[in-house]
Amino acid sequence: MIALTVNGKTRQVDAPPDMPLLWAIREKLELTGTKFGCGAALCGVCTVHVDGQPVRSCVTPIGSVAGKKITTIEGLSAKNDHPVQKAWIELDVPQCGFCQSGQIMAAAALLARKANPTDADINSAMAGNICRCGTYQRIRAGIHRAAQIKKAGA
Amino acid sequence: MATSRMAQGRISRRALIKGSLAVGTGLVVGFRLPMTGRNAARAQAGSLAPNQWVSIDRDGLVTVINSVVEMGQGSLTTMPAIVADELDTDLAKVRVNQAPANPKLYANPVTGMQAYGGSRGVRDHIQMLRKAGAAARGMLMQAAANEWGVALSEVDTDLDTVVHKPSGRRMPYSALVDKAAQLPVPQNPRLKTPDQFRYMGKVMRRRDTPLKVNGSAVFGMDVVVPGMLIASIERCPVFGGKVKSFDATAAKRIKSVKDVVQVTNGVAVVADSFWTAQRGRQALKITWDEGPVAAVTSASIHQGYVAGATQPGQVARDDGDIDKALAAGAKTVEAVYEVPFLEHACMEPMNATASVKAGSCEIWAPTQNPGGTQMTGAKISGVPVEKVIVNTTYLGGGFGRRGEQDFIVDALETSKAVGAPVKVMWTRPDDIQHGFYRPATYNVFKAALDAQGAPIAWWNRVVGPGILIQKGRAQAGTIDAAAMEGVRNMPYDVRNVHVEWVNKDYGIPVGFWRSVGPSQNGFIVESFVDEVAKAAGKDPVEFRRSLLGRSPRHKAVLELAAAKANWGAPLPAGRALGCAVMFSYGSYVAHVAEVSVASTGKVKVHKLVGAIDAGFAVNPDQVKAQMEGGAIYALTALLYGEITIDRGRVKQSNFHDYPMLRIDEAPVMEVHILNSGEPAGGLGEPGVPTVAPAICNAIFALTGKRIRALPIRPGTLKRT
Repeated sequence: MIALTVNGKTRQVDAPPDMPLLWAIREKLELTGTKFGCGAALCGVCTVHVDGQPVRSCVTPIGSVAGKKITTIEGLSAKNDHPVQKAWIELDVPQCGFCQSGQIMAAAALLARKANPTDADINSAMAGNICRCGTYQRIRAGIHRAAQIKKAGA
Repeated sequence: MATSRMAQGRISRRALIKGSLAVGTGLVVGFRLPMTGRNAARAQAGSLAPNQWVSIDRDGLVTVINSVVEMGQGSLTTMPAIVADELDTDLAKVRVNQAPANPKLYANPVTGMQAYGGSRGVRDHIQMLRKAGAAARGMLMQAAANEWGVALSEVDTDLDTVVHKPSGRRMPYSALVDKAAQLPVPQNPRLKTPDQFRYMGKVMRRRDTPLKVNGSAVFGMDVVVPGMLIASIERCPVFGGKVKSFDATAAKRIKSVKDVVQVTNGVAVVADSFWTAQRGRQALKITWDEGPVAAVTSASIHQGYVAGATQPGQVARDDGDIDKALAAGAKTVEAVYEVPFLEHACMEPMNATASVKAGSCEIWAPTQNPGGTQMTGAKISGVPVEKVIVNTTYLGGGFGRRGEQDFIVDALETSKAVGAPVKVMWTRPDDIQHGFYRPATYNVFKAALDAQGAPIAWWNRVVGPGILIQKGRAQAGTIDAAAMEGVRNMPYDVRNVHVEWVNKDYGIPVGFWRSVGPSQNGFIVESFVDEVAKAAGKDPVEFRRSLLGRSPRHKAVLELAAAKANWGAPLPAGRALGCAVMFSYGSYVAHVAEVSVASTGKVKVHKLVGAIDAGFAVNPDQVKAQMEGGAIYALTALLYGEITIDRGRVKQSNFHDYPMLRIDEAPVMEVHILNSGEPAGGLGEPGVPTVAPAICNAIFALTGKRIRALPIRPGTLKRT
C-alpha cells in the first residue's frame, strides 16, 4: 500500500512502488482526465503537478511521489474556472481534446511561475506537449489570454 | 447500466436507446418522414418527434441526435446547430445525444453508411438536418395557426415561440407539442433563407470545450465497465505474420495477470490493469510465422517503384495527343517526386472496450465507423447485427485511422475468449507499427511549353499501392480512385494531359490518412506546376491564374490568399513566399507560405495564409480550426513524417523517431473564408494538401533548390 495525496485527498493505493503514477491515477483512483499517449515522457498528455511542478506521470513511479502533493486536471479548479480553463473555453482551444489536460496542466504551471509569459517562455514551457490536432496557435493565444484573466482577477 | 462513467459527460448515449426516439424504427434513412399513424404514439409519449433527428417534449426540451462522431472537428456543436437554426430554438438549451449504431436511422444519407471520413460531416448532412428542424418548426406553426384559427401565412416563430404576426399573440413550442404531433409531417418544409439564420454562419462556441478542459470528456480509453479487465496484445512485428506458438507460463505467473489468449491479431495478456498487462506481455515467449512480407524493406519497395515507373500504367486521363505535344514543345521539364509512408499518430492510441456474452454484444469505442463496428460485433459475437450495441465515445483524433476495425476486433475477440468485459489498449509503439499507412508513392512528370512559355503538355505517371483495391473496396486491376485524386483532376488548362497509374503493392497495409490521395498529390502537382511556371519565366501566382480560366473557384481562393499575403510586396531579407491551390473533398483551398532557411538547412515557416471556399461556412470558427489543424498535420509530414520498413517491420516506434511538430515550430496562421454560396464542401481534409507545396515553392523561390522528396532531409538545404 502506498499513500497518494491527489487533489487534496489522501488515498491508499494497492500497487507496487514502481507502478507509474499515471496508471495509479487512471486505474486505481479512476481519475481518467489524465491521458496516456506515449509511455515515455515524449508527448506530455499525462502531465500532472507534483508539488506544483509539471511532471510526466507516465514515467513517475508512485513510490517517488508518496507524501507529495499531486494535482490532476480534475483538481485544477472546482468550477472549471482556473484562468487557463476560462481562456481555453473562451477561445475554443481544444479540438479532439485528448492532449488538452496535459496542455492545460503545463500552461497552468507556466502561469504560476510567470505571470506574463512571452512567446519564447511559452515555446520552452509547452514544447514538450504534442497536439496532433494542431491547436498550437490557440494554445499560445489561450496562455496570453489566461495571463490577462489572472491579472484581472488578482 | 454499464455506462456509469460515460454518463458523466453531457452525452448520455444509452438514454437515447431507451428514449422517445426509439419509436422511430421503421423510419428510412435520409428524410423519409413517418406515416401519420405513428404520430399518435408520439403524442402519448409527450413529445413531437417528426423524424429521427429531433424531438421536443412538453417542457419544451429539444433533443437533437448527432450522428457524426466527434473527433475534434466540432460536429457535436455544428450538426445540432443546423437543426436548431431551422427549428428556431435556443441552441444553448438543446440536449444532444450521440447516435447509437443504427444505420437504418442514422447512416450518412449520401454514402448510406454510418461511418465518418472524407470530410463528410457538414456537406453530406446539412440539407437533411435543415429539413429535419424545419419540419418540426412547420408542424408547430401549423398547430398554432389551427389553435388561433388563422392562416399559416400569418404565423412565424421567434426562438421557441410561435408568433401571430398581425395580433402579436405568442405561444411557446412546449404548449403546442401534443397538437403538432397529430399533424402530418411536411415532406418538403420551407427552409430559412441565409439572412434568417440565427446560428449558421456565425461563431458558435463548442459544446464539448467545457468537458475537455476539466478531464470529464470520456474518450474510448476512459471507459469503465463493471467487471472490466484490461488487455494488451503482442502483435507479430511483421505485417501479415501469425502466431506459430507461444509460452505464457511466465506471464501467467505475474500477480494480477488473469489470462493469456490467442486472438487474430496476436496474443492478448488480460489483467486488472494496463501496466500489469504490459508486464505480462514482456514475459511472453512467442514464435511467429512471419510470412512473405518479412522480405520487404523500404529499399526493395523503392526499387519496385523505380522499375514500375518504366512500365506503362493504366490510363486515368488522356486529353489531346500527349506524344505529339511533348515532341513539339520548345521547352520541356521533367521531374520525379517521392513521398513516404505515413502513420496517423492519433494522440489517443487505438483502443476499444467490448462485452461479449451469450446473446449479447456491447461495444464502447472511439470509432469513426459505428456502422462497421456493429457489423464486426455481429460477426464475432454471433449476435444479430441490429442487437449489437455500439456506444461511440469521444475520439482522441481520428484522421482516417479510426475507421478501421482492427482495434474493435481486438476487444471483441478478447472479451469473447475470457467471458468478461475487456478493454484492449494499444501502446504507442503498437500504434505506430501496426497502422494503415498513407501510401508511399513515386511520381514521374513531364511537361512541354510552347515558344511563348505556355504549357502544351502535362504527362504524369503515379506508382504506388491503391488503398481501395487493397481493402477490397475496388476491383483488382481497376484504377484506384484514391490514388488518382488530385492528379487525374488537376485543374490547369493544358490541352494535352496524360495521367497513368501503376499499382505496386508490397503488402504494407495502407489506409485513409487525412486528405488521402490529395495529401501527396497536392504536393506533387502543385510543386511541378511551380517548376513549369519557372520554366515559363512567369510569376507562380500569375502563371496559375492564367491557367485557371475554367476553374473560377480555384482562381478565387488563390487570389484571396495571394492578396491577404501581400504577394509581390517586398519581404524582409532572407524570406520568400510560395503558393499552392487545390480542390479536394468538395472545397477549394489555397495557401501562401512565408519561409526562411537557416544556414544549417533548417526551414522556418513564419506565416501561412490560407483561403477556403467550402460553399458556406456553417461554423466559421471551426472552419478556421480545421484549416489551422490541417496545416499543422501537413507541416509535421513535410518536416518529419516518414515510416520506413525493414524486414517487413516498421522501424519507428514512438515520438522520438516519428516526431510531431511542436508549438515552437508552429507558424502564425491566418485563415480567410470565401462564402461562394455553392453547395457545402468538406472541412476536415481540404486544409492539408496545399501546405507542403506552398512551403516547398517558397523554399525554391528563396534558395533555388527544389524539394522533390519528403520529408525535407536535414542537410538538403544546408549552406556550406
